[in-house]
Amino acid sequence: MTAPTTAGAAAPGTPGTTAAAVQVSGVGRVFPGEGGRAVTALEHVDLTVGAGEFVSLIGPSGCGKSTLLRLIADLDSPTSGSIAVFGRPAREARLGHDYGIAFQQAGLLPWRTVRANIELPLSLHGVGRGARRERADEMLALVGLADFADHFPDQLSGGMQQRVAIARALAERPSLLLMDEPFGALDEMTRERLQSELVRICAETRAAVVFVTHSIPEAVFLSDRVVVMSARPGRIAGIVDVGLGRSGDRGDGLREDAAYFAAVTAVREALHGGAESVPSRGVETR
Amino acid sequence: MTTGVAEAGDAAVVAPSAAALAPAARRSRRLPAALRALRPVALGLAALVLLAALWELVKAVVPEDGWSIGELRVLPRTTDLAMPHVSEMLARLGEPLTSQPGADPLWLAVLRAGGTSLRIAAVSWVIGVVVGFALALLMTRFRVARSAVLPLVVLSQTVPLIALAPLVKGWGAKLELGFTWEPWMSVAVIASYLAFFPVAVGALRGLTSPDTLHRELFAGYAASWTQELVRLRLPASVPHLLPALRLAATSAVLGVVVAEVSTGMPGGIGRMILEFANFASSDPAKPWAPIFGAVLLGLVASGAVALLGTALRRFRRAEVAA
Ligand SMILES: Nc1ncnc2c1ncn2[C@@H]1O[C@H](COP(=O)(O)OP(=O)(O)O)[C@@H](O)[C@H]1O
Ligand SMILES: [Mg+2]
Repeated sequence: MTAPTTAGAAAPGTPGTTAAAVQVSGVGRVFPGEGGRAVTALEHVDLTVGAGEFVSLIGPSGCGKSTLLRLIADLDSPTSGSIAVFGRPAREARLGHDYGIAFQQAGLLPWRTVRANIELPLSLHGVGRGARRERADEMLALVGLADFADHFPDQLSGGMQQRVAIARALAERPSLLLMDEPFGALDEMTRERLQSELVRICAETRAAVVFVTHSIPEAVFLSDRVVVMSARPGRIAGIVDVGLGRSGDRGDGLREDAAYFAAVTAVREALHGGAESVPSRGVETR
Repeated sequence: MTTGVAEAGDAAVVAPSAAALAPAARRSRRLPAALRALRPVALGLAALVLLAALWELVKAVVPEDGWSIGELRVLPRTTDLAMPHVSEMLARLGEPLTSQPGADPLWLAVLRAGGTSLRIAAVSWVIGVVVGFALALLMTRFRVARSAVLPLVVLSQTVPLIALAPLVKGWGAKLELGFTWEPWMSVAVIASYLAFFPVAVGALRGLTSPDTLHRELFAGYAASWTQELVRLRLPASVPHLLPALRLAATSAVLGVVVAEVSTGMPGGIGRMILEFANFASSDPAKPWAPIFGAVLLGLVASGAVALLGTALRRFRRAEVAA
């Protein structure tokens, strides 16, 4: 076999091509409820997440943030509309191990050491022992847990466990990272530290991120764009372009920046339905 | 990289440093583990002493004729015939089995019979574990199987063992297996009927114990069912499985004793209990010996499974909240 000579004509859907990381088109999700009282969790949702872009989903609880994330991850199927991940259907993307995922609960396996937990996706996908170990070492260094490789999850604090979960999600070098309130159960200080680490990690790995949160400062600090959702039925109420510069340049100083406060205000106004009154920069209303 | 600060900060939550944490944690885990293994033994011995004391207390306090309310006797007779002294029963163990010259001491005969029964119980435990686990796997894999098989499994335990004995014995004799069907095989099969039940129920609960979070994690990895079974469901089932295996062990012993009696198989402890019951009036301490033997069997069996539990310790780490 001769290698194809047309350079750049990579297979459609290969991460890194022009295809958006996530393309959500006209998606709705209706849960059939008790006695015919169906719950419309999502309605007419359109969203595009570019490759390498960090997008937060924010909104009141019950507005369908987790549902949307689970649809992108193909852990659930939409009742209408379609979802593409790197140009291919969500199901294919899941079977192709295109994304890494982390939840509010770290969800580590208690009988596996930190290292073995990070290696889990690799060993499930047939990566050899040596390569696995090497990758786990890299990940351990990345999240600053090199000294805890042989500890068990019950010997770690909540913040450390969550970092292991993030390392596990990143272990396969996914081009897309899906996170559902990963810092939701942590105290404020741990939370801010992990946010800074996540910004750094994303700059290093250049992964696109869909990040669910209900904290406005967190969304603004982390994101290129913040998607504001409203409840009953779950819809996108507005998208705030944060535009605080590429992820890599963000330090903790940013938290005191005027532009940061402006974006926080913009998100807050969008959340409370007053999207019209927001200083218009970067806010598009739907 | 800027990990240094974060790491030191987080480590401080647990211990001054990882190096200091590791040996301390290991030591505090290992020492009590040894003590923890000894504690049940010590408690068991204490319970035995207490039981003996209670026995003697009843003998001393309750009148010879028992205690009756009207016609109804609410406490048993306490004569030396009905309730021999603990010391007598122990002493009897050291005396010969019969008055014939050269007879083995009673304890040796009991141990020998116990060994026979224990071997059969081990076989029936293995059968019970294999069958019970296979059923649990089936019920875990297919939801339909769960609703169809589980009621049958529960119903199976309402059939008395004694009713099964002649059936199994008859089938065994008729089967053309290429080897002769020995009486002990009937006993093993009958006892396994009792042993498989806790395993089926415990393994089912264990295999279905992983929560949505972990199952979705594996779904996200596009893991096959076998991978999910081996990497998630089996390890998660261990804490539920261990008590089930222990229960199965004592059930197997109980089953063997009952099955020996109902099939009339000689050589085991069940048959010995039956035979020695005839000496209740002439040699009142003697019938108690095989009963002690049966209790010992149960202890040995469940102790062996408890050892298995210490080998699987890592799978019993408490699930931690993130
Ligand atoms: N599996 C389900 N079955 C029925 N209703 C569901 C299910 N999952 C979510 N819902 C409903 O969908 C809505 C959105 O839920 P969710 O996406 O979890 O909200 P959020 O993550 O934004 O708090 C809620 O009203 C919730 O009750
Ligand atoms: Mg949620």
